[in-house]
Amino acid sequence: MLLGRTANGLYWMNRYIERAENMARLVDAGLRMALTRTQSASEEWNSVLLSAGSDVTFSQKYSDYTAANVADFLLRDTSNPSSTMASIETARNNARMVRTALTRETWESINEAWMSLKRMLARPIDERDLPSVLDAIKRETALIRGSFYGTMLRNEIFDFSQLGTYVERADNTARILDVKYYVLLPSISWVGSTLDNYQWESILRSVSAHRSYRWVYDADYKPTNIADYLILNVRMPRSLMFCYRFLSEHLEFLGDDYGERHACHATAEKTQTMLRAGSIKGIFDAGLHEFLANFIRDNTKLGEEIAQDYRFN
Amino acid sequence: MASQGSMRLAAFDEMLPEVSGLRRPYSAYDRWLKEQDPARLTEKMQDAERVFRKTGITFAVYGEQEASERLIPFDIVPRIISGNEWRRLTQGIEQRVQALNAFLDDIYHRQEILRAGRVPRELIARNEAFLPEMIGVRPPAGVYTHIIGVDIVRISEDEFYVLEDNARTPSGVSYMLENRETMMQLFPELFQKIKVRPVENYPQLLRQSLAAVRPQSTKGAPTIAVLTPGSFNSAYFEHAFLADQMGVQLVEGQDLRVVDGHVAMRTTEGYKQIDVLYRRVDDSYLDPLTFRPDSALGIPGIMDVYRAGNITIANAPGTGIADDKAIYSYMPEIIEFYTGRKAILGNIPTWRCSEPDSLKYVLEHIDELVIKEVHGSGGYGMLVGPAATKKECETFAKKLQAKPSNYIAQPTLALSTCPILTEKGLAPRHVDLRPYVLVSDRIQIVPGGLTRVALKEGSLVVNSSQGGGTKDTWVLDD
Repeated sequence: MLLGRTANGLYWMNRYIERAENMARLVDAGLRMALTRTQSASEEWNSVLLSAGSDVTFSQKYSDYTAANVADFLLRDTSNPSSTMASIETARNNARMVRTALTRETWESINEAWMSLKRMLARPIDERDLPSVLDAIKRETALIRGSFYGTMLRNEIFDFSQLGTYVERADNTARILDVKYYVLLPSISWVGSTLDNYQWESILRSVSAHRSYRWVYDADYKPTNIADYLILNVRMPRSLMFCYRFLSEHLEFLGDDYGERHACHATAEKTQTMLRAGSIKGIFDAGLHEFLANFIRDNTKLGEEIAQDYRFN
Repeated sequence: MASQGSMRLAAFDEMLPEVSGLRRPYSAYDRWLKEQDPARLTEKMQDAERVFRKTGITFAVYGEQEASERLIPFDIVPRIISGNEWRRLTQGIEQRVQALNAFLDDIYHRQEILRAGRVPRELIARNEAFLPEMIGVRPPAGVYTHIIGVDIVRISEDEFYVLEDNARTPSGVSYMLENRETMMQLFPELFQKIKVRPVENYPQLLRQSLAAVRPQSTKGAPTIAVLTPGSFNSAYFEHAFLADQMGVQLVEGQDLRVVDGHVAMRTTEGYKQIDVLYRRVDDSYLDPLTFRPDSALGIPGIMDVYRAGNITIANAPGTGIADDKAIYSYMPEIIEFYTGRKAILGNIPTWRCSEPDSLKYVLEHIDELVIKEVHGSGGYGMLVGPAATKKECETFAKKLQAKPSNYIAQPTLALSTCPILTEKGLAPRHVDLRPYVLVSDRIQIVPGGLTRVALKEGSLVVNSSQGGGTKDTWVLDD
C-alpha cells in the first residue's frame, strides 16, 4: 500500500528522468546529422523538435533552426518543461516529495545529477563542448538508473517507478519513428541512397541502437529491419515490444499484490498481444503512420488509466 | 558598529575554563585531538560539508530566495557532557515535562491554577495559543505534549537554566541524528576510545511512544503517519527523515480526509484509517472547519474525529499555551503547583513588560537586556541590548511602549562556550542545548540533543535562521 500521491511522485519522477536522457539522445542524433549533412540541417533540427514534442514552443521563441538554438532549448531552457534541465528539476522535486520511498543511494544520485547539471547548464553551451555535455547528461542518468536498480526493493514502489519509465520510453520511441516514418517506407528502388542511409542511422542513433543493430541484423540498414528492431524486437531495450513486456509485468505484479485488476491491465494486455502477434510486414501493409498514431494514443490512454486506477490523479 | 548579538562577555568555557583548566569530560577527547594533524582536521571539516550537501540535508530559510536551500553549518568538535551532569539535567527536565502536561490538562478542564491565582486569568483568556475548542477534550492516554524540546543554557559549572520549553512542534532532532552519523563516519576511532551513549534509537522510541498513546478504540497495531505541510516547508527534510526512520507514511493534508468517523489516507488501494498523526503543521492550519478556513494544509473535520476520541494528534492542539513566552515566566510557580516541589531547573529571570513596574525597569535598562516578542520564534524580532546601537535601542523602545504586553525581557547571560574548529585553530563560541523528550505512559529523554552554536565570534544568537551552526552532543557513559 502506498499513498496515491507517492505513487504519482514515483511515476513522474521516472518519466522525467527518462525524458531528461531522451532529450540528450535526440540532440545527439540531430548533431550527427547536422555534422554530416550541411544542406538541410534546419530540416533535421525541426524533426528533432518534432520528436521531442517541442516544435510549437520552439517556434514561438526562435526563427532559426540552428544547433545552438535547438540544443539550448532542449537541454537548458527551463521555460521548456521538457528540457533536460527542467526535467531533472521536476524529477528531483518529485523525488524530494517521495523521498521516504527511495533508498539513500537513489535519492543521492538524483540530487547529485541535479546539482551537477545545474552547474553545467548554468550558461549557454559552447558548441565545442556540446558532445561532452551530452555525455555528461547520459552519465548522470545512467548513475541514477544504476543506483535505482542496484538498491531498490522490488515492491510496488519499484513497479510504479518502472511504469513511469516505460510509458515515457514507449512514447519517445514511437514519436521518433513517427516523425521519420516516411524515410522507412519502401522506395521504388529498395536500395537506400546515401541520404536514406544517414536518415536510418539517425533514427537508430536517437535510441542509441546504431551499433547493436549490426549485432542483430545484417550490416546493411534496411528500413523493415530498423522498424522491426524498434517496434517488435523483444530484446531491444527501447523497442515498443520491450516496453510493453515490462509494463505488463509490473502491472501484473501490482494486480497480484493488491488482488485486483483494473482498466489499465486490459489496455496494456491488448497492446502487448497486438505487438506479440504482429509482423513488420503486416504493420507496413496496414500503414506505419496509422499504426504509430494508434500506438501513441493507446499509450497515453494507458498512462491516464494507471493514474485513475491507482488513485494518483 | 557592533553586529547584532555580538559582544564580549566573560563566559564559562565547557572544555577549557580559564581558572580551572581542562575539564574532565573533555580529557580523553583532548588527548586524541593533540595527536591529530591540523591539516587532516580541516580536510574532515570539508568532508562533513560534502556529506551533508550530498544527502540533501538542507534548511530552507524564509526570505532568502536564491539561497532557498542552505546547509546548517556543522562543527566537528563535539560538545561533551558527563554522565553526572546529564543525570541532573534529566531530573529537571522530567519534572518540567510532567508539570507542562499537568498544566495543559488543568487549563483545558478545571483551571485550578487560575482559581488559585497562581497564573493570571487574562493571560490565558486573551492568548491566541489557548484553544477554546480544546476545553473539556481529553486526548488519548491523557497526554497533551508528546514531543518536547527543552532549550537549556549553561552559565557556569553548576548553573543551568531553561531558556524555552518547545512544547508544540520542536524541530531539529534529525540534525541530532545526522550529526552523530556524520561524526561516526568521520572519526570512527574516537567512538572506540570514548564511550558515548547512543542516540540512534530515537526513531524507534518515537514510534513506540506514539503507538503507546493510540486511541483506545484502535484494534491491532496502530497506523501512524507524519503530517507535513509539504516539500517546500523549511523542515521538510526532517519530516521525511523521521517518517522514513520510523517506517511510517509521510502524508500531506491533501492525502487525508474524514471517512466514516476516522481520518483516512488515500492510497493506491483506497482509503486507509490513521490512528496516530504526528503532525508538523501548526494548530491554526490543522482543520479549516474549526480554525483558519483558508488552510489547504489541514484536514476538514479532523477536530470532530479528535473530539470523538478516534485519532491521536501529537502534539495535541492547543499545547502552545504551555510554551508561550508570557507563560514561561510563570513556570517556577507552575512546577511547584503541580509537582509540589521547587523547580530543579531554574528559569532565567524574566520581566513581563505587561506589568508597569517591569516595563519601567526594562526601558531604563534596555541596553543591558535581551528583549523578545512573546509569540516570536527563531530569533526574529528580538533585541540584544548590549550589542545594539543607541538608535536600535530607541527604535525598539518605541515598539515596546506601543504594545508592552507583546514583550518580555531577560538579562543578557554569558552563555557557556565550546570550542569550534576555525581556520586558525580552536576558538570558543557560545552554545545552547536542546534535549528531546518523549512522553507516553512514561517519559524518555534521549542522552544527547541538539547543540546549537553561534558561529560568529562573540555572538549569542544560535538560531540556524540567524547564522548558527550545530555540533554533535556527547553524553558520556561514565
